[in-house]
Amino acid sequence: MNMQSKRPITAAEQALVDSFVNRLGTLPGDQAITAIRDGYIEDIKRDGLPTRRVEAWHYTDLRSLLKSVPQDDGAAVKPAEPLFDGSTVLAVADATAAPDGVAVSHYSEALSNGSAAPRMALQSADDVIGRLNGAMARDGLCLDIAAGTELANPLEIQMVQGGGQAHARFPVTIGEGAKGTFVERHVSTSDDGALVSSITDLRVGDNAEIVWIIAQERGLSDTHFGQINIDLGAGAKLTLFVANSGGALVRQEIHIQARGEGSDLQLRGVNLLGGESHTDVTMTLDHLVPDCVSTETFRNVVFDRARGVFQGQIRVAQIAQKTDARMACNTLLLSDHGEFSSKPELEIFADDVQCAHGATVTDIDENHLFYMKTRGIDEKKARAMLVKAFIAEIVEELEDEALIDALEARFEHWLDNHG
Amino acid sequence: MLEIKNLHARIAEDGTEIIRGLNLTVKKGEVAAIMGPNGSGKSTLSYVLAGREDYEVTEGDILYEGESILNMDTAERAAAGIFLAFQYPVEIPGVATMQFLKVAMNEQRKAHGEEELTTPEFIRRVREAAGELKIDMDMLKRPLNVGFSGGEKKRAEILQMSLLQPRLCVLDETDSGLDIDALKIVSDGVNALRSPDRAIVVITHYQRLLEHIVPDTVHVLYRGQVIKSGDKALALELETNGYANIIEEAA
Repeated sequence: MNMQSKRPITAAEQALVDSFVNRLGTLPGDQAITAIRDGYIEDIKRDGLPTRRVEAWHYTDLRSLLKSVPQDDGAAVKPAEPLFDGSTVLAVADATAAPDGVAVSHYSEALSNGSAAPRMALQSADDVIGRLNGAMARDGLCLDIAAGTELANPLEIQMVQGGGQAHARFPVTIGEGAKGTFVERHVSTSDDGALVSSITDLRVGDNAEIVWIIAQERGLSDTHFGQINIDLGAGAKLTLFVANSGGALVRQEIHIQARGEGSDLQLRGVNLLGGESHTDVTMTLDHLVPDCVSTETFRNVVFDRARGVFQGQIRVAQIAQKTDARMACNTLLLSDHGEFSSKPELEIFADDVQCAHGATVTDIDENHLFYMKTRGIDEKKARAMLVKAFIAEIVEELEDEALIDALEARFEHWLDNHG
Repeated sequence: MLEIKNLHARIAEDGTEIIRGLNLTVKKGEVAAIMGPNGSGKSTLSYVLAGREDYEVTEGDILYEGESILNMDTAERAAAGIFLAFQYPVEIPGVATMQFLKVAMNEQRKAHGEEELTTPEFIRRVREAAGELKIDMDMLKRPLNVGFSGGEKKRAEILQMSLLQPRLCVLDETDSGLDIDALKIVSDGVNALRSPDRAIVVITHYQRLLEHIVPDTVHVLYRGQVIKSGDKALALELETNGYANIIEEAA
């Protein structure tokens, strides 16, 4: 974190430090892990939470936005119904049988025996989520998918939360050539201002073909800090779908490193924002090797007094020739009091690449609305259909009908309550 | 069926008056053609009939089946049986044509206090109407009008018209962008809807369409007014002599 001038510590900052102190001796970890935890909390004590002066947090001034920090751990909650019928559910609180080719263990064990340490590194000097989660993580799940495994059914990792504080981490390693669909599901069963952090560390082996869906549906007063760090192997194909439709204060970071030649990343995101919520999706993508393809498309719908942020940075290294990267961020702003800030960035050091980015913010198209009304569809219904259509366009890029139907049903459910 | 009395309408945004004292009566069962040079107010008239909010009626009235529709919004007018076939049908990404048809039909049924159509009944009706217009069912799985050719768009308009069974059809330049074969199919579709209970207003530039959809009356629109009315012979006269004589006559 950048050095900042001395300033009074906020109540939330103090509460974060206090909650760490209150958990001393109860958080799992050997000596090395404990040292890492101490170091991260010292960083937070020294720097405080980031303000808009820290570039990576420019649109999300955490110091003023984070107001309350619950002290207690969240209550253990039963797993939720999976997003897709027939999924294998692995909840942090209750991870039972895993399918063939999938090894599951509790992250608390990796902390206790110290094996978690190598995958606890920060993503950048401003990695507040990495610090907070690194200091406080109590559990999570480690998944190892054996090379060549083909999952018959989706595997849903659940972080179900009932208030309080929870910090979990999910190191996932996908073996060479493995195939499958994974859902990372964040839900709350109550709405009393939980504070949650979750980091997924996803290593996709060479030639693996993975669909990874992050569905964040936290309660209306919850704070959610999510991060997924992805290492993409050669020839790997990853479809990453990130959906936010909940939470009062949300930061979802996506950090991707395309390390192996010939990989294909298709990132799609839907943010449904309502109430007085603040939702920030920040992505960094490093194209480090030649011949990789990536597209990133986000669709945001803003109601009420909600605020949304998208920061997308694509960096193409000098040797990463023939990279083809295209990023778009489209927002439907349905309220005069809502806002959306979009900051796409391209940093290209190679000379033979195709890169593009675009951002739009629009209201519903009056021509569309008029046309639908001339067919007898009233204003309210027509608007709802057009909002759904705006999202459906990218949901339907997923090839699996069952996935499309399930996601659209979740989004429709949210929209029906916000129309 | 339709009675337009001394209608004045302007563009809401800048106050430009487009319709300036227009009078027109179209009876039940009648096919009325409205012709006129560019900028005479033909498309504006169709929008005003449909209730587009970009236009303000400042004077006069529009009676539909004896009642003023000026206080009805676009969707209410549609549910009451007024249908506008667009000159440029709007592309709506993300809304499958079939889904759109189903919602439109059911919303209108709801407005009439009727039960929603069952899916098999809906599909049966679409299949039948689409067949007559030589529309491939695969086309209807695509988003509404997106990537449709000019001819496909116009056929899709007529398909909607035949499924919704309106009582007053307003066709705005339905012939534009159509080749001869498509013109024939579309005209046949419109002719199939001719009925003693229905009025059809055909807005067009050219006599060509009127060879296929033969009108009972022809009205010449110029500077926001009907300056001459007659039967189908008037359209032929316009084709031969242009608008100049009639405009001069009226002046």
